[in-house]
Amino acid sequence: MAILEVLNLEKHFENTMVLKDVSFSLEEGNALAIIGSSGSGKTTLLRCLNFLEKPDGGSIRVRGETLFDAASANVIKEKELRKKRLHFGMVFQSFHLFPQYTALENVTLAGKLLAQERSDFKQNKQAIYEEIEEQGNALLKRMGLSDRRSHYPHQLSGGQQQRVAIARALALNPDILCFDEPTSALDPELTGEVLKVIRGLAEQNTTMIIVTHEMAFARDVSDKIIFMDDGVIVEQGEPKQVIDHPREERTKQFLSRYAQN
Amino acid sequence: MFWNVTQSLFGGLLTTFEIFILTLVFALPLGLILAFGSMSRYKVLRYFVQILVWIIRGTPLMLQLIIIFYGPGLWLSHNIWSGDEAGRITATVVAFSINYACYFSVIFRGGIEGVPKGQREAGEVLGMTKNQIFFKITLLQMVKRVVPPMSNEIITLVKDTSLARIIAAYELTFAGYSFMKSAGLTWPLFYTGVFYLVFVGILTLLFNYIEKKLDYFK
Repeated sequence: MAILEVLNLEKHFENTMVLKDVSFSLEEGNALAIIGSSGSGKTTLLRCLNFLEKPDGGSIRVRGETLFDAASANVIKEKELRKKRLHFGMVFQSFHLFPQYTALENVTLAGKLLAQERSDFKQNKQAIYEEIEEQGNALLKRMGLSDRRSHYPHQLSGGQQQRVAIARALALNPDILCFDEPTSALDPELTGEVLKVIRGLAEQNTTMIIVTHEMAFARDVSDKIIFMDDGVIVEQGEPKQVIDHPREERTKQFLSRYAQN
Repeated sequence: MFWNVTQSLFGGLLTTFEIFILTLVFALPLGLILAFGSMSRYKVLRYFVQILVWIIRGTPLMLQLIIIFYGPGLWLSHNIWSGDEAGRITATVVAFSINYACYFSVIFRGGIEGVPKGQREAGEVLGMTKNQIFFKITLLQMVKRVVPPMSNEIITLVKDTSLARIIAAYELTFAGYSFMKSAGLTWPLFYTGVFYLVFVGILTLLFNYIEKKLDYFK
């Protein structure tokens, strides 16, 4: 069974339809790449999955559990909302690391706050925090940032900051990790290190959704590609098929524009 | 004579200091509450705060002080402020706290709105509560932003305490002025100025220290 099922998702801002009847599914351990020009609704789609935007229609199911259904959308309480959000991790285009915390603190902050809700927190506070920090250190090591854990974000390069952000998102063990153009805010010479990390995650079968403009990367890393244009999914399928042999005219146009650049 | 004056000025300084500290103690949290009110999604609350801030910022603090000190006694059958020095200081602190809270609220709002939206969103996707996002993420970034404008306001407060003289609170300026009135001496006025300069000088050092302390992040 698919880990994520999105059905007929719709979203509009004022009078502009940003997402129209968007449906797709994602298998556990797979990576999904979403491509398309700016303004096609890719980022809004990710933001809906993370409950940063409230969809106007459709439903979202994770592991068979309905997280959102516009048909029965009553007001969601903050506590429920927080629980739902934890199914997804989010890596933003411009990192959004917390500037007043070190790399390690950025990775461990949310985990420590969540741990305070555990019933055994008071007795085992020390042990719980140590475990979270150990896990944080391990994540930073995986990102190749062991020697940067005590650095503050402004002391890190863009690529390093984005890798800290990836570690921060992984720290809560989300079911699905979302990337919103993770390399678009980086200098070209720094994109490689971030893409390498994401590639590594894909090899370890992390379930991911990656919104990206890096076509070659999308084709290599993903198990499935979605091409979006003007709020609709124009084409979805195997990466090689979508990128190398697109069926739809609009996909062809988009990709040829990319090839030219 | 010099010791006489010094002693009196220190007596006045005590009242000045009392008004200063108590005003901060009340105006800082009240300013934060008003800042949230001015950003509320409830229109009525937002307008209420905006009108309050307009009235308080749009009229002289001295006028507000006079109304708050004399008003209750004239409107009600009895005065709510006790007739002694403590009553005058209390009335001053009430007037000052309301006045400064309004100014602070505008600075706080600027500080909160200056924190990028992405910071809040990053907290949200990490499952943090609204309170956690404010206290663990937004607050310190806001504080860093508001230190320079707040230092301006707080230094102004030191000197505004001299307005309490209008309701006969025996603060620093009153103390210095009394020697001119009683003995025709002018040098105590300059001496009084030195007291203010030292007070503000210490505050300036304190603000520099805080700014430096918060320099570890950008």
